[in-house]
Amino acid sequence: MQYEAIIGLEVHVELNTQSKVFCRCSTKFDAPPNTNVCPVCLGMPGVLPVLNRAVVESAVAVGLALNCTVSSWSKLDRKNYFYPDLAKNYQISQYDLPLCRHGSLEIEVNGQSKRIGITRAHIEEDTARNVHDIGGGESGVDFNRSGVPLLEIVSEPELRSAQEAYAYLLQLKQILQYLNVSDCNMEEGSLRAEANVSVRPVGSTKFGTKTEVKNIASFSFTQRAIDYEIKRQIQTLEEGGTVRQETRGWDDRSGTTVSQRSKESAHDYRYFPEPDLVPIAMDETWVKRIREALPELPQAKRARFIEQYRLSAYDAGVLTSSKAMADYFESVLKAGAAAKPAANWIMGDLQALLTAAKTEIESCSITPNHLSEMIRLIEDGTISGKIAKHLLVDMFQTGKAPKALVEEKGLVQISDISWLEQVAREVIVANPGPVSDYRAGKEKTFGFLVGQVMKASKGKANPKLVNDILKQQLAK
Amino acid sequence: MARDWSSATGHEIHDALHHGTATASDITQSFLRRIEAVDGKVRAYVDIWKDHALKQAENVDSRLKRGQTIGPLAGVPFAIKDVLCTKHGHTTCCSRILKGYRSPFDATVIERLEQAGVVFLGKVNMDEFAMGSSTENSSVQVTRNPWDLKCVPGGSSGGSAAAVVADECVASLGSDTGGSIRQPAALCGCVGMKPTYGRVSRYGLVAFASSLDQIGPFTKDVEDLALVMNVISGRDERDSTSADIPVPNYSQALRDDISDITVGLPKEYYTDALNPEMRQKIESAVKILEARGAKVIEVSLPHTEYAIAVYYIICTAEASANLARFDGVRYGYRAPKVADVQEMYAKTKTDGYGREVQRRILLGTYVLSSGYYDAYYLKAQKVRALIRKDFEEAFQKCNVIATPTSPTPAFEIGAKTADPLEMYLSDIYTISVNLAGIPGLSVPCGLTQSGLPSGLQLLGKPFDEATLMRVAYAYEKNRGFDIGKPPLT
Ligand SMILES: [Zn+2]
Repeated sequence: MQYEAIIGLEVHVELNTQSKVFCRCSTKFDAPPNTNVCPVCLGMPGVLPVLNRAVVESAVAVGLALNCTVSSWSKLDRKNYFYPDLAKNYQISQYDLPLCRHGSLEIEVNGQSKRIGITRAHIEEDTARNVHDIGGGESGVDFNRSGVPLLEIVSEPELRSAQEAYAYLLQLKQILQYLNVSDCNMEEGSLRAEANVSVRPVGSTKFGTKTEVKNIASFSFTQRAIDYEIKRQIQTLEEGGTVRQETRGWDDRSGTTVSQRSKESAHDYRYFPEPDLVPIAMDETWVKRIREALPELPQAKRARFIEQYRLSAYDAGVLTSSKAMADYFESVLKAGAAAKPAANWIMGDLQALLTAAKTEIESCSITPNHLSEMIRLIEDGTISGKIAKHLLVDMFQTGKAPKALVEEKGLVQISDISWLEQVAREVIVANPGPVSDYRAGKEKTFGFLVGQVMKASKGKANPKLVNDILKQQLAK
Repeated sequence: MARDWSSATGHEIHDALHHGTATASDITQSFLRRIEAVDGKVRAYVDIWKDHALKQAENVDSRLKRGQTIGPLAGVPFAIKDVLCTKHGHTTCCSRILKGYRSPFDATVIERLEQAGVVFLGKVNMDEFAMGSSTENSSVQVTRNPWDLKCVPGGSSGGSAAAVVADECVASLGSDTGGSIRQPAALCGCVGMKPTYGRVSRYGLVAFASSLDQIGPFTKDVEDLALVMNVISGRDERDSTSADIPVPNYSQALRDDISDITVGLPKEYYTDALNPEMRQKIESAVKILEARGAKVIEVSLPHTEYAIAVYYIICTAEASANLARFDGVRYGYRAPKVADVQEMYAKTKTDGYGREVQRRILLGTYVLSSGYYDAYYLKAQKVRALIRKDFEEAFQKCNVIATPTSPTPAFEIGAKTADPLEMYLSDIYTISVNLAGIPGLSVPCGLTQSGLPSGLQLLGKPFDEATLMRVAYAYEKNRGFDIGKPPLT
């Protein structure tokens, strides 16, 4: 039997606001344990939460970027459960009136684009972190993370493969990074994904029993975990078994998902409206202000790059993969370079240098102005493309301007025609064999003769001129 | 022997300090002597801050010595219900689970009073986590009614009321979730007010039921009530539910003129459940208001009968979440010798809480449970809205509503502890006020034949504490009697 998979993703994103969602503590990630804490995020008796306005604005910006309806009136609720990492033993979250609803996200898989529905996006507070074996057989709790703002983004069950789920996550990450609302680092836990997975025979309209796959600690695991879970469910059904509704954790070492908790022992969270906070009223002017401050989003930028700079879809995709990359590219153009060579240099040699140095374009030592200047040097014939490749490495290592480096290292291309004619004559005289071969129709030997001229010029001869001059002289 | 100041009001003390006829240190010493003399009988205090109080008094004296002006409450000795967070001393809510707990911060009301130069004498007794109507649920001790030591002081702020009435302080702070200020004020015979929800910051009040809790004062007269309300009222950035509505000068609102006032008597409150002697007290009080020119009319609060049921659903639901944090992980009591986290939670809570607190947590957990939420919590919220609307409609026709504060005078210790439902009925006249969020106060309206105080409850429109205090002031000035002092010594 043929099966199809039904996948929905729940993504938790830590918002990178300066302070926590209900107190003024810093959200910094790597502070020593229990230093970014106060009575509020420690859940001391007598404290009250105060909602951080910046969190609402970030959440609304994400909602708008995901084409959501922003609720003009929403509220916060208490989600009750006991765990040592939960300071108050309830989490302030949003239950039936989330801040953002009914959105969508467009993904592209194998050249096909598909719109995935977003059910909701809501605000909540992060929990603390339990640290085990801190000595003496004891466990500790680090409350630095307690109260860090989270945005939970829930998709409709409209993803049909692990590949689509992966594309969805990457696209979502790209948007969040464009908005600069989160670091989206799965390894550090600032972006966490859970997948609801079920399978059903192709053609069936009824949903199968779903499992919830958790503990996916990196983007690359997402695809593997979901793929495994789909196969596991299909195999279970094929063998005549039934899929149990349960939570399963991805175990990277074994490459499998492992049962964690079945539905029967699932929590009753006893949600009720948070009486310590007033409802969130979003008036239209506030939403409008946030909308107007939104940056150009990846999809729009991609389309504009194709249209405005005549780039291929592939090139536009690469150049808009991050906002920093796109900004860099456009700065190079603004400094005077043409789109095509700029795109080639950035995506080719520059990207290779960045990858090798494990650094991002944000901290690239070559400024857009310098790259543009280098491209101009090639175009006006001052240096050859081949030399430019070496020059780029020097620029990357030193951060110096290309012109300065060219002068410093004597890299200026030789375009002195009388000197080149002289060298060409010498090469023809010194290589009678290849010359006669060429004249006999063996065009291949022409390259050899060009190489001899370049060698004599230590690589600095203008290749186009060398070509022309040699052809002229050989034709005599 | 130095003069005994313990029976003085706040405004009398201010006059004495202002005119230099006494020092704040003398006055504080006087109260500390009084506490030593009578608290063995009354048992209002759970923590006495002798050195701290004397230091605060010295600060006031040195200001006076330097010729600086002092505010109206400077040097006035206060007691604090143990539900309010204070950096000094312990904050335990009179629960074993918080025994020895020290708060890292002061409640906003404490900060504001400290700014005003108040002298804090210590923390006073209460029902554990403010759950109760008699202060018998304290894990520390049972406070006595100063008028009859066999009787309860009411609750949950029993210690705050008893301390004021026994002259162990000039004024005190309490909290009122369903009557916990007004009922003990009535049973002990002092003035007590629950302000409008949002009038006073709840920051630093250990929460029982967040949508109902409100901090308020106990005082010896309405004039002092206005002085305290002037200091503690107003918006606080740390409490999102505190209202950004200007605070009038309540002292200036106190005029002996109520000719513009219409007093409403809710017919649903004057039923057979009301003790005949109490009914008679209220009727004569209303006559005094009428004699001062107020118009008296009958009003209706048709949903009154549902108030207790609604209240015990909402307050227990909120309490079940609010008290979840006392788990032994970060502070307070932690059960020893436990195998795992689950057992630590269970044993800590079983050993740490008294029976009434456990009962309410279980009740609250139940009404929020999946499958019951709609039938209980959601329905209760809908009825709560109807109760609020009852008051809105009644206040179309009158400025204040007059009712008894409590259906009976103080009862004997132990009389109602076996029957929680009977105990819950003690708050039948006060509970709706918290559900509606409106302000209410209780002012003494005479002694019963057995010599126990009774209280007149006055209710007002939201944020109209000023009118409420004016009517109470006019009543106090014209009632023609003084209930005097309890026979403690
Ligand atoms: Zn904090």
